[in-house]
Amino acid sequence: MFGKLDLSAIPLSQPIPLVTSAVVILFALGVVAMVTIKGWWPYIWHEWITSVDHKRIGIMYCLLGGLMLIRGFADAIMMRTQQAVAINAEGYLPPEHYNQIFSAHGTIMILFGAMPLVLGFMNFLVPLQLGVRDVAFPTFNSVGFWLTASGALLVNVSLFIGEFARTGWLPYPPLSEATYSPGVGVDYYLWAVQISGVGTLITGINIVTTVLKMRCPGMSYLRMPVFTWTSLASCLLIVAAFPILTATLAMLTLDRYVGWHYFTNTAGGNPMMFVNLIWAWGHPEVYILVLPCFGIFSEIFSTFSGKPLFGYRSMVAATLFICVVSMLVWLHHFFTMGAGPGVNTFFGISSSVIAVGTGVKIYNWIFTMYGGRVRLAVPMLWSMGFIFTFIIGGLTGVLLAIPPADFITHNSMFLVAHFHNVIVGGVVFGVFAGMEFWFPKAFGFRLHEGWGKAAFWFALIGFWVTFAPLYILGLNGMTRRLQHINFEEWTPWLYVSLAGVIILILGVISQIVQLVVSILEREKLRDVTGDPWDGRSLEWATPSPSPFFNFAVMPNVEGEEAYWGIKLRAIETQQLAPEPEYAPIEMPLHTPVGIYTAFFSAIFGFAMIWSIWWLAIVSIVAAFIGFVVFAWRDVHEFKVPAEELAKAERARRAAREALLHRLSSHGAAI
Amino acid sequence: MIERCISERVAMKGCSITAALCFILSSCAGVLAPVGPVGEGNAEILINATMIMLAIVLPTIVLAFWMAWRYRASNTSVEYLPYWSFSGRIEAVVWSIPILTIMFIGGLIWIGSYKLDPFRPLDSERPQIEVQVVALDWKWLFIYPEQGVATVNQLVVPVGTPVHFRITSASVFNVFWVPRLGSMIYAMPGMVSELHLQANSATDIWGTSAQFSGDGFSDMQFKVRSLSDSDFAAWIDSARAAAPKLDQAAYAKLAQQSQRHPPSAFGLADPYIFDAIATQRVPPGPGPQAETSEHAGREHPSAGKE
Repeated sequence: MFGKLDLSAIPLSQPIPLVTSAVVILFALGVVAMVTIKGWWPYIWHEWITSVDHKRIGIMYCLLGGLMLIRGFADAIMMRTQQAVAINAEGYLPPEHYNQIFSAHGTIMILFGAMPLVLGFMNFLVPLQLGVRDVAFPTFNSVGFWLTASGALLVNVSLFIGEFARTGWLPYPPLSEATYSPGVGVDYYLWAVQISGVGTLITGINIVTTVLKMRCPGMSYLRMPVFTWTSLASCLLIVAAFPILTATLAMLTLDRYVGWHYFTNTAGGNPMMFVNLIWAWGHPEVYILVLPCFGIFSEIFSTFSGKPLFGYRSMVAATLFICVVSMLVWLHHFFTMGAGPGVNTFFGISSSVIAVGTGVKIYNWIFTMYGGRVRLAVPMLWSMGFIFTFIIGGLTGVLLAIPPADFITHNSMFLVAHFHNVIVGGVVFGVFAGMEFWFPKAFGFRLHEGWGKAAFWFALIGFWVTFAPLYILGLNGMTRRLQHINFEEWTPWLYVSLAGVIILILGVISQIVQLVVSILEREKLRDVTGDPWDGRSLEWATPSPSPFFNFAVMPNVEGEEAYWGIKLRAIETQQLAPEPEYAPIEMPLHTPVGIYTAFFSAIFGFAMIWSIWWLAIVSIVAAFIGFVVFAWRDVHEFKVPAEELAKAERARRAAREALLHRLSSHGAAI
Repeated sequence: MIERCISERVAMKGCSITAALCFILSSCAGVLAPVGPVGEGNAEILINATMIMLAIVLPTIVLAFWMAWRYRASNTSVEYLPYWSFSGRIEAVVWSIPILTIMFIGGLIWIGSYKLDPFRPLDSERPQIEVQVVALDWKWLFIYPEQGVATVNQLVVPVGTPVHFRITSASVFNVFWVPRLGSMIYAMPGMVSELHLQANSATDIWGTSAQFSGDGFSDMQFKVRSLSDSDFAAWIDSARAAAPKLDQAAYAKLAQQSQRHPPSAFGLADPYIFDAIATQRVPPGPGPQAETSEHAGREHPSAGKE
């Protein structure tokens, strides 16, 4: 009836997962109780859960990513403390638990932390920057988000029911085959990643279509903001690479469930094929994450320098260059498998060549500041921290791309330090920079400056204190994924690294305090103009927060930096553009099909993990029925009357009038 | 003036970085203190490439911070160029710098990949000896087919003699790595990878697995001793005389999961056992044994503990 599942799946003998799950469940119940008592359910259901508004979905993506970052960070704290106490000792985490923690840390941070955050930014910003009202497929978008959330849910359920993979974040066979990993851990990984991977692919298709088909009048490709360009590049990579992931994991699933032999040790299976395929997805994946962050930094450098981005066209070229070449470098993850010098040379050079694109970008950001008026606000601090951290990470990355140097650093802590150097320095710093920058656009008030600065400095210093020692440990021969350490001479460096984690904890606390303080002081921090940073792209033309229809009248773009042009014209002529004529518009209806499908997909995943076959069939049929019913709907849009648009637009114009006067009075600079 | 200022700062920073690097290098007992020609080659490339890139990277970092500082909003004494966003000359330079650097590094990659190819025999007047390596759960088996000896978790090599390793795995992936000897390479089931290493002096060091292989992974280290020719011959004789034979039964027991296997030696019953393992005529390690499972869907937590 319940497959492999029975009560013994709950880890009653292991206090850490048990207590953690209990706290999480109690917290969740508390939130549900509060929402119920306050009567917020209708609002949350109608305005958020069933919403197909790209901005709402973007914000929910970021919320999910933020929560998962905290979960992954908790894993990180446990790993660093375990390694600091388990020197010639067993520590407090036995291997079967520790191995789950580092596997979960990697999986969660990349696929359920960084990925939703980046997708969230793309969702929120791309339609606004293109001057359109939504993405190409709004309901599809909602399905994509909820599928990602389902995957995240399954990973977290594994904490309480059963176990997670003990194989590392990429489950290399034969270790991940049924022979060597008979438990449900790898199955949790497979179904969670599979379901969320479909969600990601949906979002990728959606953004690509939006950029290619839905730009506002005048928004030619070479007038698009760089963030939109990098989002396009990133989503092209999603569309190219995620099907590889899906196929690879499907093959491993067939190996495990029905005894096929794609990657097994015996009967002609070839585990190296898995390694090739998974990295053919895995390497583009890191560029999927970092390219949009390059876009975020581009927007910030230009806005806070009060200048257009230097070398816009070469920025676009460099982005597309990285996009293409990133599909040709996957083998550098396993030079040490002995592919032969010719192959290693090819992939070594192709990997280093990516540094050309990145190098050009860095110089362009630097020259964007030349001749500017650089305001060192919090987003700019993150960006400067990024430049410093990412350059060093790039340097160690090129070292790892040199096969003979990789032969003594592969899989060592040097590698661990390197990829944190680029992912934390690039993606996490980028996401925090972007959060400070666009928070007012999403919620109508700015974030507290002081706590933001504190968070930045703790994060920057904490990062370096944590990871610099890992470079040294790697050069000393320490490999990754050690549950305990047999070399006493590594102790000092492991302690320094632990101290770094403590500084990082302070950073995380500052970030949370910043959010709380900002919410409490939101009236003081309110952005009434819609343009708090003197912005340059179209999202700043809308009020903060943007209305659900984004633009009452489609903007007409007449050059690069669309909003900057509008603003300059207004200052020159000392008046806003004449009031347009308002026509009613149609917006997509909200629909619960996204959460409905995702709910049954999560049940399906859970049933497959525990071999509850009847439930798997029921839930997959139920999920499919959701699509069918949705496809037969008659009414899918509602009309927004012209009066409502006129009212909103007049309020916006009033705010802009005030802004215009303010800019003109001390706008001599322009 | 500006250029001189930058270059002075770079020089200062360069010095302190070099000093810091020297300190780290000297305190290093790992890959930057190699005891053989392969490790020396690896380390040399690592350090050379680092220096080449630092020459570009350090000025760039300094330039970034100098730019942010000089053009800070409160500094109204410098010109403000709100429309300046293109310069063909600067573009040419910012594309050339990374391209030239990477061309240089690319040359390093090309030459280094061939020179330090793990499959390439080392240049030496002395004939190489062959050592066959089998990664097991969770221990290393070293087979000396010419000498008729096998060892577990200890690798003994003669000083100054190139060693030809043939490496496979009888369970999951592992990576054979002796940090102070140099290059590492994967040990993979059903496949044989090759590696050539050499120790230049008599020393006691260690090796490990660099690829996570399951619960016993953290203890997959092995002792590495390099002995003079006479000591090596004596060690071979004593190992052959004293040790039990590595036959099918003894191997089957080794293939079971176990941790912290003490270093030990065997005589060799079958000189072709490595090929039998690599081609899987001897079946691969069985993995965790079906014991009474304590938890549904969980793997037995103490699998293979001794």
